[in-house]
Amino acid sequence: MSIYIDQSTRVIVQGITGKQGSFHTGQMLAYGTNIVGGISPGKGGQSVEGIPVYDTVFAAVEEQKPDASILFIPAPFVRDAAYEALEAGLKILVLIPEHIPLHDAMDIMAYAKQKEAVIVGPNTFGLVSSGKSKIGIMPNRYFIPGPVGIVSRSGTLCYEIVGQLTEHNIGTTSVVGLGGDRIVGMHFIDVLEQFEADQETKAIILVGEIGGSAEEEAAAYISSSMKKPVIAYLAGKSAPPGKRMGHAGAIIERGRGTFESKVKALSAAGVRVAELPTEVPGLLKNIL
Amino acid sequence: MKLYEYLGKKLFYRYDIPVPRGKLVESAGEAAEAAAEFGEVVIKSQVLSGKRGKSGGIAFAATPAEAKDEAEKILKMRLNDVTVDKILVEEKLNIEQELYLAITVDPAARCPLVLASLDGGMDVEEVAEERMIKWPVDTSIGLQNYMIREICRLMGVGGNLQKEFLKFLPKLYKMFRELDAELAEINPLALTPEGLVAADAKVTIDDDALYRHPQLPRVTEKTALELKAEELDLAYVELGGDIAVMANGAGITMATLDMVQHYGGSPANFLDFGGGADIERTAQALELLLGTNPRVLMINIFGGITRCDVVAEAFVKTRESKGIDLPVAFRMVGTNETEGRAILEKAGIQAFSSMDDAVRHAVELSRA
Repeated sequence: MSIYIDQSTRVIVQGITGKQGSFHTGQMLAYGTNIVGGISPGKGGQSVEGIPVYDTVFAAVEEQKPDASILFIPAPFVRDAAYEALEAGLKILVLIPEHIPLHDAMDIMAYAKQKEAVIVGPNTFGLVSSGKSKIGIMPNRYFIPGPVGIVSRSGTLCYEIVGQLTEHNIGTTSVVGLGGDRIVGMHFIDVLEQFEADQETKAIILVGEIGGSAEEEAAAYISSSMKKPVIAYLAGKSAPPGKRMGHAGAIIERGRGTFESKVKALSAAGVRVAELPTEVPGLLKNIL
Repeated sequence: MKLYEYLGKKLFYRYDIPVPRGKLVESAGEAAEAAAEFGEVVIKSQVLSGKRGKSGGIAFAATPAEAKDEAEKILKMRLNDVTVDKILVEEKLNIEQELYLAITVDPAARCPLVLASLDGGMDVEEVAEERMIKWPVDTSIGLQNYMIREICRLMGVGGNLQKEFLKFLPKLYKMFRELDAELAEINPLALTPEGLVAADAKVTIDDDALYRHPQLPRVTEKTALELKAEELDLAYVELGGDIAVMANGAGITMATLDMVQHYGGSPANFLDFGGGADIERTAQALELLLGTNPRVLMINIFGGITRCDVVAEAFVKTRESKGIDLPVAFRMVGTNETEGRAILEKAGIQAFSSMDDAVRHAVELSRA
């Protein structure tokens, strides 16, 4: 099993003819993702990596019946593209771009809620069900099948940890990037619920960072509703308050979102919090 | 982008939100003139940091002469390392009650959040949780009157004050949405015989939406290097230590800084040069790092979209062209790692493959 997606998930790529869109279409196909179409207004009828290009999402839906879409669209145009995919009936949207206006993100989330769709991101590397399908931009070779579920707010840091697991021959069931922005479609809890229910997932790694309260909310959920072991690593221990550390969401504001508050909440919920990212494989080996 | 109080109030005025009469001045003489016009006045330093009142950045004056004295004092102040060069002179309001009102963004509910309290005029952190009413607004229906009535009921507000809120809050919400605000906070919101008046204004506009607001002024708190980084579209924060850090990705950059501190070192900066950087961009990032005169360079590359050979080549070239002889701790794994290592080895640099080893080495070098 895996969560959200597998090899049967039918995927379209919005913005497939762009530099990022076409490159990652190739990478996703190489990983095994079932890409059935691409969208690029005005370029319908062309093809990219052998994948047919359509002018609108509706045109792709008529012919290909997709389930999910990944967006490689410049930030100012993401709201329009996301609305289109939602109205056309897609149930999983992966929003790769960074710098989407905050109010656009709120509008997208409100419409997605009405349409009962799952939004991954924005500002995410996407999600992958290892060995089956990836809808995202993560480097293929590190994502090998195994018993660990990972949910992360950041990309490269997540790769770092997955890379270390790979070195220790530990693979993953699914890996989900929540996104580094302040408003994102999914929080830790949403993904933890899925991992708790997924039979193949034996342990979970939560990769968090300063800012917001998603880690604290996750801690409350873990202590009340989870049986599976959770290990956490949190970035930003040394970050000064009031400064945005790269991610829009990684900021300590008015005394909220501190590293200490998150570690305290997670530890109290029985989560083992790694001091350094390099400690994660060791902690995991003790459990598995 | 945080706005100065006077700029926030200009926006309030544009949205028909009542503000005190006031004048922005830059000298004690002008402050006295303004006081002659308004009578009793409040003199407020225009700085972006909070807690101005506690630091003496706000004063009252009954006469133009007093206004002159107070303005002189404030104009000599440094608040949170910033010199005060502008002050807002405002008519003193006849305040019956000080309230708190704000609209912010709630990441948990993924929507705007109205915050309202009868306990205004103090630090918002000090307001008791149950005295702060919070109402998330579903953007698909927007702020409705029933929400305002409910917020008032929860605050224990009825009668005329509720009517005031019904007039006041929709204007603030309209501004919040139309101007892509992250925060529109009024503390205190003054209840006067004429109704509710915004005695203060803390407005922050979403940087990512500034492109659609060309009419708004641009305000920055950034250092010269941070501004340079912004121009180059690099995520950079100055931190004051002596180990300059560069990595690709916000999370891993933060983790590298944490590790530097864990092993007893002191990071000079946060610099995430992003994924898929080319030679030019990498070189620009490196040049930026040198701006704080660090003792050591720490480069941490986990190549996904970013190619190790590109970073290695950019590093070697920049080092030669700029004559950099700083010691460097280089960690490099991932895409085109072998090619990258070869380039570095030719230049006499041994790259680490573990982040842990590289950071320890950087800290050792900084002590040498």
